[in-house]
Amino acid sequence: MIEKTVAELSAALAAGDISSQELTQAYLDRIAQFNDELNAYITVCADSALAQAKAADAARADGNSSALLGIPMAHKDIFCTDGVLTTCASKILNNFVAPYNATVVERFNAAGAVMLGKTNMDEFAMGSSNETSHYGPVKNPWDTERVPGGSSGGSAAAVAADLCAMATGTDTGGSIRQPASFCGITGFKPTYGRISRWGMIAFASSLDQAGPLCKSAEDAALMMNAMAGLDEKDSTSIDMEVPDFTATLGDSLQGLRIGVPRQHFAEGLSADVEEAIQASLKEYEKLGATLVDIDLPNNHLSVSAYYVVAPAEASANLSRFDGVRYGYRCENPVDLEDMYKRSRSEGFGDEVKRRIMVGTYALSAGFYDAYYRKAQKIRRLIKNDFNNAFKEVDVIAGPTSPHTAFKLGAKSDPVAMYLEDIYTIAVNLAGLPGMSIPTGIVNGLPVGMHLVGQDFAEAKLLNVAHQFQLATDWHRRKAPLTSKEA
Amino acid sequence: MALSKAEVEQIAHLARLQLSDADIDDVTNRVSDILKLIDQMQSVDTDDVEPLAHPHDAVQRLRADEVTETNNRDALQELAPESQDGLYLVPKVIE
Repeated sequence: MIEKTVAELSAALAAGDISSQELTQAYLDRIAQFNDELNAYITVCADSALAQAKAADAARADGNSSALLGIPMAHKDIFCTDGVLTTCASKILNNFVAPYNATVVERFNAAGAVMLGKTNMDEFAMGSSNETSHYGPVKNPWDTERVPGGSSGGSAAAVAADLCAMATGTDTGGSIRQPASFCGITGFKPTYGRISRWGMIAFASSLDQAGPLCKSAEDAALMMNAMAGLDEKDSTSIDMEVPDFTATLGDSLQGLRIGVPRQHFAEGLSADVEEAIQASLKEYEKLGATLVDIDLPNNHLSVSAYYVVAPAEASANLSRFDGVRYGYRCENPVDLEDMYKRSRSEGFGDEVKRRIMVGTYALSAGFYDAYYRKAQKIRRLIKNDFNNAFKEVDVIAGPTSPHTAFKLGAKSDPVAMYLEDIYTIAVNLAGLPGMSIPTGIVNGLPVGMHLVGQDFAEAKLLNVAHQFQLATDWHRRKAPLTSKEA
Repeated sequence: MALSKAEVEQIAHLARLQLSDADIDDVTNRVSDILKLIDQMQSVDTDDVEPLAHPHDAVQRLRADEVTETNNRDALQELAPESQDGLYLVPKVIE
């Protein structure tokens, strides 16, 4: 049962085939069996999960039939959870028990979902391999010598290994889509502003966006129905009508125009990943879509502009961690400055400190025009590229990552790690919705296809992914860790 | 561009970070490498390009200036390393 999609579990719960308490216990057993090896969870909330499941079963008996009622899920440890440790995978927050729920968490609670625990991640979401976590790296369920991707690596591994039915993640430069690709699951980054950021620990505020990690596009639509919409508590959340994201999943793709950016099939893309993506594009042609060659001429500048915008915003956001109001404080500070400096230096990991340094430099007196403002101008060029492309096409498709999951420790050079996100970063700079869906297996490792839509056209994107998943079964393939069990 | 050690020390001070002597060479090299990556964007002429500060060119929504939060001081201060009588305690700043 635990390998099923949310849509299937929802039907099973509604039919009375299983109770939420039984289902929740099955996931907790699975976590007990595999979490030591995978390190996907930082915190497991067994008691409160079973209590929530009991309440969900009672609500169902009272006639509540919400789609997510009683579905066991995990939250990335970047979302504040009332009364539950919320670390952002950092030593500086290793004693932080959040005093309130993030809006995203509130919405899943209101829908009756069960929280199994909080998932591991790159520290402050800064990384593409989940190796920067203070709590140790997450292992990829397909090959435990490999990374799950990052930064939402714990959520991706937990979904792939059936340690939960669905999970939340956040995506600042690819942090939902790349781990979804590496772990063979479906990951969805909505349009910037579509989901509230309130209570989601900030990394880069003009880029951060929460989204689903799950087993199908249909599940992503069900999660989006719970997550999306205006939140008065987040001044960047957008006041725009939220559709029922499941309503258009069944639409035909006849006449769909898919843009294929030539820059995403150039040097650097591994041959076997390219082959898998090309095969999937052919599948789309069979479904009635037309492929259109498109140009994103400024794509190559996205990584450099991102590594100004994201660190600059991070350096400002992370200035709140000062050892005064919450989190880690160093031992025996001699004065205030010593307390700030040692609390931060002992509390933050190396990658976080590097990004704070880069951002501080970019924002320091005299450099604003050369760095932050310049990066914002590049951001405009990148957005213009997408706007031009969308005059001719409905969605854009390509690889999510240049290759499949790499080995733990293989990329020790930060710049090499940054280039991992070469296909995903531009989407964050432009604020567009994007997703990764499983589209092949190469040498035993999953390949992800990247789909990008127009602003607020999430329903179209989910429709395009769902139709592919009706025609193929890549999203049904399980990591060997799972089949060992079966 | 490559940074000097003195520049790196100054940036660390601005960011209220302390670098050990053992770390400083590595940090200088790594941060310089990142700045080299960033400098790729200087190759493009953007004189006539309007900066994009927000992905949808939106401005922030304003709300009425009303008190909407309840007072959670005690609960919030339980999270502090040190607090007393509703105040946050830090090392002495005035002799």
